[in-house]
Amino acid sequence: MRRPIFVMRGGSALAVRRRSAEGFAFLSPVVIVLVVTVGGPLLFTLAISFTSASFLGTLADLRIVGLRNYVTVLTSTSFQHAFIVTIEFALFTVTAEMLLGLGTGLLLAEEFPGRTLLRVLLIVPWAIPTVVNAITWRLIYAPDFGALNALLQQTGVITDYRSWLGDPSLALYAIGVADIWKNFPIVGLIVLAALQTAPRDLYDAAHVDGAGIFRRFSTITLPHIAGPLMVALILRTIDTIKVFDIVWVMTRGGPFSSTKPMSMLVYERTFSNLESGIGSAIAFIITLVCLVFIIAYTRLLKRQSRSA
Amino acid sequence: MKKYLIATLLVLSLAIHLALARPVAADDAKTLNVLVMSDTAYSDKDVSSMTASFNTEHPDINVKVDFVPYAGLRDRILLSQGSDGAYDVVLIDVIWLAEFVKRDLIIDVTDRVDSSLRSQVFDGAWKTADLNGRLYGFPWLVDAKFLYYNKKMLSDAGFSAPPKTWDEMNNQAQVLKDKGIVKFPIVWNWGQNEEIVCDFAYLLAARGGQFFASDGKPAFQSEGAKVLDYMRSQIHSGIANPSSREYNAEDGRRAFLSGEAAFSFNWQYVYALSKNPAESKVVGQVGVAPVPAGPGAPEGTSVNGSMALSITKTSKHPEEAWTYVTFMTSKDLQDKYAKAVLPVWTASYSDPAVVAGQEELAAAAAPNFKNMVLRPVIANYVQMSSALQEGIQAVLYDKAEPDAVLADIASSVGNQ
Repeated sequence: MRRPIFVMRGGSALAVRRRSAEGFAFLSPVVIVLVVTVGGPLLFTLAISFTSASFLGTLADLRIVGLRNYVTVLTSTSFQHAFIVTIEFALFTVTAEMLLGLGTGLLLAEEFPGRTLLRVLLIVPWAIPTVVNAITWRLIYAPDFGALNALLQQTGVITDYRSWLGDPSLALYAIGVADIWKNFPIVGLIVLAALQTAPRDLYDAAHVDGAGIFRRFSTITLPHIAGPLMVALILRTIDTIKVFDIVWVMTRGGPFSSTKPMSMLVYERTFSNLESGIGSAIAFIITLVCLVFIIAYTRLLKRQSRSA
Repeated sequence: MKKYLIATLLVLSLAIHLALARPVAADDAKTLNVLVMSDTAYSDKDVSSMTASFNTEHPDINVKVDFVPYAGLRDRILLSQGSDGAYDVVLIDVIWLAEFVKRDLIIDVTDRVDSSLRSQVFDGAWKTADLNGRLYGFPWLVDAKFLYYNKKMLSDAGFSAPPKTWDEMNNQAQVLKDKGIVKFPIVWNWGQNEEIVCDFAYLLAARGGQFFASDGKPAFQSEGAKVLDYMRSQIHSGIANPSSREYNAEDGRRAFLSGEAAFSFNWQYVYALSKNPAESKVVGQVGVAPVPAGPGAPEGTSVNGSMALSITKTSKHPEEAWTYVTFMTSKDLQDKYAKAVLPVWTASYSDPAVVAGQEELAAAAAPNFKNMVLRPVIANYVQMSSALQEGIQAVLYDKAEPDAVLADIASSVGNQ
């Protein structure tokens, strides 16, 4: 077990105990807030997911149905489809955001004229509210008067205007591009911040030893930014698995539900169909999916830090 | 040490107080909360100024109006039911009436409406408040889809009048396309939203089809399959814009008003916008007509999109709420704002002062409001609608066949 750092300052067992009591006292507000705002609703959702709760129903109508909601959800084609859509969206956007963010972060860590300006500009997409971003991209993609079609046609890439959000095989990726544009800067910023603390002398030593650019990247840079990068990866994955707003504004899940992620099913089931039990079951499944990714990533991080 | 603990406890108790504290409401017995929509009818500004004149007339009643887009209106009404700030007056769509009554959300106002008043308002408008002979609100908006057409394009193609039948419309569209006057003569609003179900409803009625037989059994499969076939052929033949499959009412409206199409089906709000140079590139070219006739239905067989103001069961001031509803739906007020939305009162249409400047819309409204049909009046309409939206889109994208789609929906909806 890891000991609190202040123990190192020494002192009797009593002092240690008193100090840790003090520590708990200071932590308690945060713990209480977390339990009330996160733990409570989470347990409540879990409890509801085992019942036949209806949004406007009364307690008298409430029946405990065990795992039936989960069976209903997992065997429904709409959920299976939404699950695939969500995972596809997460893989596409998170991969692209990590690669672009990493590249941008590395680039902006170099010294060149105009660097400060570029660093400021990098924040702009991320600072734009998601809904505004979604509406903007919807206009860019507009089939008859959108900027993208005009650009591609004038440069000769396409001959006929395309319907980006109306094509079931393209729509999800079109939304993905809008999401990537907005969110890669946060990865870039995290990488950039991590690089600020990279020890200069290690690079100099590696340089003297004749290590090439890739060698320096894999043995010095990457291990140094791995932790922050993993945080970015976890945050972005969770964010994309529970994606809702950008899809809601751009396509509402269409065409024929080809872009409908799991979170939209939660909304539909809970608030449109008023089936709180089913909605909660889906919400809980989303939480579990996020958890699986988080555990996998942290394991990966631990293994990496051990080998480093 | 003690100091820290005391400080922590103080902060904690403050936090708990803040969390549990409720704003002390001014004990104003006469505050009404009202929920209406912010798009496709009266503008926010219009509703606010109507409400302001109500407040001047009734200084003892304080009205607070919230606006949401139509797409969020039903969910907001339902969600607000459980909260402290529940609404007293809500705007309900014709398709939600059965559900709201079944869930016991709105009050019965049958006894408040005089029979002489009933006969002065369009029958179709009453459908939005009348369930099995009982009234649950007063019609505020009467609306149906209209056929908007581009007069210039039609005359360039040699047509002097808009189509009277569906076949005629297809023929005109084909000529427009063949002559190269417009690439895609028709634009529909066939994205995955309620619009596509509205269009399905009147296309079904045009063939003489119906959603449910009198015994409550689903009856839309056979004629419905022909409708889906027709809708698919519109896209395949290129007389309709393939982007229609991603459009909602506003997208379709923009495409039509930017001169991208010769025909468009939309609600009455488009008429006023078509004359506004900021919204329209085709000012002066837009005509409006009733929905064309089909083999099984007369001209004007459109879809009923009327809406009513209802009083919620949770309202603490139903009397004041009714005073407000009566004011907002009154003929005088509706006549005054007739340029924004046509009145629900039949007599208004013979008043030259009311129809001045929009004679064409009023003329098209007469058959439309007389013959418009309802979407299914069932408690689980929302679920049926979302199945239809997805199913019809699957057909339009060649991912499913009409028969299979409609058989699936019929079995999932069941008997009503």
